[in-house]
Amino acid sequence: MPPFLQRVNNAAKGKVLALQEYFTLAWNALRFVFARPFYGGDLVQQMDVIGVQSLGIVLLTGFFTGMVLALQSSVQLKTFGATIYIGRLVAGSMIRELGPVLAGLMVAGRVGSGIAAQLGSMKVTEQIDALNTLGTDPIKKLVTPRVLAALIMMPVLTVINDFVGILGGNVIANIYLGLPTSLYWRTVWEQIATGGFTFRYIPNDFIQGLSKPFVFGGIISITGCYFGLGTTGGTEGVGLATTRTVVTASILILVVDYFMTQILLTLFAQ
Amino acid sequence: MTGTGDRGGDGSPTPPPGGPRGAPKRRADDRRKSEQLRSVRAAIRQELASDAGTDLEERGQEGDSGEQLPVIELSNIDLAFDAPVLEDVSFAAHEGETIVVVGESGTGKSTILKLILRLLVPDDGRVCIDGDDIAHLSFEEALQVRQKMGMVFQGAALFDSMTVYENIAYPLREHTDLEEEEIEERVREKLTFVDLEPDKVMQKFPAELSGGMKKRVGIARGLANNPEIMLYDEPTSGLDPLTTGTITRLIMKLQRELGVTSVVVSHDIRSSFRMATRVALLADRHIKFFGTPEEMTGSDNEYIRDFLGGY
Repeated sequence: MPPFLQRVNNAAKGKVLALQEYFTLAWNALRFVFARPFYGGDLVQQMDVIGVQSLGIVLLTGFFTGMVLALQSSVQLKTFGATIYIGRLVAGSMIRELGPVLAGLMVAGRVGSGIAAQLGSMKVTEQIDALNTLGTDPIKKLVTPRVLAALIMMPVLTVINDFVGILGGNVIANIYLGLPTSLYWRTVWEQIATGGFTFRYIPNDFIQGLSKPFVFGGIISITGCYFGLGTTGGTEGVGLATTRTVVTASILILVVDYFMTQILLTLFAQ
Repeated sequence: MTGTGDRGGDGSPTPPPGGPRGAPKRRADDRRKSEQLRSVRAAIRQELASDAGTDLEERGQEGDSGEQLPVIELSNIDLAFDAPVLEDVSFAAHEGETIVVVGESGTGKSTILKLILRLLVPDDGRVCIDGDDIAHLSFEEALQVRQKMGMVFQGAALFDSMTVYENIAYPLREHTDLEEEEIEERVREKLTFVDLEPDKVMQKFPAELSGGMKKRVGIARGLANNPEIMLYDEPTSGLDPLTTGTITRLIMKLQRELGVTSVVVSHDIRSSFRMATRVALLADRHIKFFGTPEEMTGSDNEYIRDFLGGY
């Protein structure tokens, strides 16, 4: 085989192998959810780190996104005299799209990088080897609690993000457009109801808006753990793992969001 | 060149870890201890000297003929990552022995410890612990075997999110049903064994400890489960000469008082020779020499003489 093809061949093999390792890690992490021993303390601690401690940035992101969304669309809606629909627009965008994606990207930056840095430094200081030596499976002890915590907390953070976003829209609608709060929230509800319901009571918009953060939580935590545990080359390697995690998780979130939207729109087509 | 026994008692008065307080009494204690150590080492050396000249295969045959099996046995190990790392590596450690693996940096010394721990599996050859080949164990079975071993890492590898107490209690909480009081008792016992005052260090985090203290806590954690095998990766690297002496004495104390079998990876010739019952020299992927420190210092092999650098 010519050297050029050989290089391409090796590179392709490397990528496929990396992908296989990524999914093996994900599979093992989820498999251990049901295997003893359970690290309940670690799970609660990670839920605090991933969920509670991310609340600040999620609140800020959500509130300002909702406000800017209302502000920008008010300019457009004014030209059609349709400012009354601002609640529908903000709610629709936040719940289905912006809430999950923005919360995902913010958590990827904050939590994904944190996971990669922590596991990375544990790897380079031989703490991962020490766990193995002390008879503990590092995946069960470190990866499973993080993945599980992210799967649980991401939807919670997204709901909060959605709510403060819509609240931000409410503030702008009130101040700039003089829209009464009750009217604003009525249009928000109309938007949710327009999407239809599953099992009569569960709004389809909620299903769309909450299935995405669940997947994003998985992407962020597994990507962080994958690059963290794969760290080599001392402190420089830790920096590299952190950067790679944020870049990869952010891209994956945006790409997966597109395909999930396609699928969900087909599933919930009116 | 003088033998190690002489050198072990070179009279260099290594102060106790606590500093110069109560110096005369401690110096006397130290002298007494070093005399005891010398006699124990001499006894071990004498026993081993009677084996001088017997190579590994003969030792293996002795094992077969009814003598005690080696606790750790590596036979004809081949291992390669991108390039070959180890080729045809064999050595055995009997109960209570301290084998020191020396060699230049990057020759795969630490890899040997990872093979014994089964963090790595050899491409060819056998790694036996208590006579059982561990190469084909499942991941869970390997976790069980590792509980027979305590490992002290180069940088101590203490969990930095946990206190000293939690670090040492970790293996006990993971693998035993001990009550919290029993765990505390064991933690105190191990900390005292490594000459640390439990009340002073238990609630500290690893970041608050000095290098030597971290190493000692690392040894205490390795000992927590009362293992029959202790493995040390560069136990004295990055330490000042006094702390190096303290750690070396600690490893010898473990061998003497608890009778554990140890494999130490080191490039510190001086401390290696003090603690070793036998030395394995790893060079160019092979074991170039395996024998007592006295045999090593008496060797005419040019590489060995170069390696020892006039020691």
